[in-house]
Amino acid sequence: MNLQLVSAREPIVQERPVDARPFINLKSVSLAYDGDAGLTLDRVSMDVGQGEFVAVVGPSGCGKSTLMKLVTGLLPATSGEVIVDGGIVRGPIKGVGMAFQNATLMPWRTTLKNVLLPLEIVQPFKRDRWRKRAEHAARAQAMLDAVGLGAFGAKFPWQLSGGMQQRANLCRALVHEPKLLMLDEPFAALDAFTREELWGVMQALWLQRRFSAILVTHDLREAVFLADRVFVMSKKPARVICERRIDLPRPRTIEGSFEPHFIDLVHEMRGKIIEARS
Amino acid sequence: MKASVRKRLVRQSMPWLLGALLLACWQIASTRSGVSHAILPAPSEVLHAFAQYRSALTEHALHTVVTSLIGFFLALIGGVLLGLAVGASPVIYSGVYPLLVAFNAIPKVALLPLFVLWCGIGFLPAILTAFSLAFFPIVVNVATGLATIEPEMEDVMRALGARRDEILLKVGIPRSLPYLFAALKVAITLAFVGSVISETVASNEGIGVLMMAASSRFEVSLVFAGIIVIAALAIAFYGICGLVENYMAHWAFRARGGQ
Repeated sequence: MNLQLVSAREPIVQERPVDARPFINLKSVSLAYDGDAGLTLDRVSMDVGQGEFVAVVGPSGCGKSTLMKLVTGLLPATSGEVIVDGGIVRGPIKGVGMAFQNATLMPWRTTLKNVLLPLEIVQPFKRDRWRKRAEHAARAQAMLDAVGLGAFGAKFPWQLSGGMQQRANLCRALVHEPKLLMLDEPFAALDAFTREELWGVMQALWLQRRFSAILVTHDLREAVFLADRVFVMSKKPARVICERRIDLPRPRTIEGSFEPHFIDLVHEMRGKIIEARS
Repeated sequence: MKASVRKRLVRQSMPWLLGALLLACWQIASTRSGVSHAILPAPSEVLHAFAQYRSALTEHALHTVVTSLIGFFLALIGGVLLGLAVGASPVIYSGVYPLLVAFNAIPKVALLPLFVLWCGIGFLPAILTAFSLAFFPIVVNVATGLATIEPEMEDVMRALGARRDEILLKVGIPRSLPYLFAALKVAITLAFVGSVISETVASNEGIGVLMMAASSRFEVSLVFAGIIVIAALAIAFYGICGLVENYMAHWAFRARGGQ
């Protein structure tokens, strides 16, 4: 079906070398919460390549956030295997960047200090956190500059707008250059314009650093705008019902999101989700 | 701008105005009502008592302050440690919390004879009473601060690979600071209550002793002077706690225009 769709359009191809071995590999993973009848995830299989941006969409309450916790090892799988970077996940894997809908910045730290937090925890930065203090601060400052928050490092998070907090949140998630970024509806609470602006920020960061990323979202335009591949989940117990490669060239623009091919992709996703809900 | 300055001035002078008003009412009531001055002395007489017994009041007040503060700081140390343990570990929580509630329900006056039996007459029972009153609010608040950490914040830390002690240090403790300071303001006044109660029963020094002695000699104005000293001390130490709180946890007051 994929082939058909692509050939029906003009070829929009942007070849990227894809690592043969996936960076993340979920092998038939199921999860049941304690005291919860039935499965939350039902034999989910999924892979994410090195440096690939993957989006997961599905009806609300289908366990997308649970999936994130499984991949990062915050929750153990009931059955199946989660493999990240060649190793089976048995506990929280270290140094993953995470960003949630709620920016969860610490109100007692300035914005710059918030961005510095991972450097105080993740090795090898932690080892050098006193000796290379200035270097780390410069690194955090560079992150803030990259998302247009350069002048706000000394402000406290509660002095920033929601969009700015979310930018700072992305900085914190990426400052230690994680190989993996987990995004759990990070833009859901923002107004439409700020959200689109942040898609651009997110894309720029990814193009520059090429980490692997998993984005959980309700917003199909967001998924199509940012991802290389989109997975559609069914309602609970969640299974992967469809996987779709997004063959749009990068960098993608908001203007481009109103092109017919983009809209067709969103439409197709929407159809799948409606199917999944029924 | 000008209006806001005036508003602030009015707000800051309110407690003084109200205090002065109460004193005026008191003065009028005691001079005009015909109630014996042996029962309700006028503020002017209380002021006179202040002047007359200044050195005794200072000496005894100092003693009360020292015992209260020792009890308070012991409660602070013990309360923070136990609060951290209770808040950080569900097992300790389920074990300790019911006992704490039970302990808190005991009227501390009822413990005083025990304290005296164990420590004799003097400042030790006063310290123990102050401690036992100030301890509970600190434990409860520190534990609450820890228990209400946003799960997402914890997930961020765990995904970074933070150990439990790192999460406690970088999230738990800062997070519970505003709770701690709210408790300290309550605890410091309770510590004064505790030490004065103990002094009235089992001590040779302190404001409580002075007041008991004064009332047995029917020097009611001195009793009132003692009451005012205790109240003033409590306000002063409450204020100090507030200042430290402002410095340490200013971020928690943003809702009140802290920007």
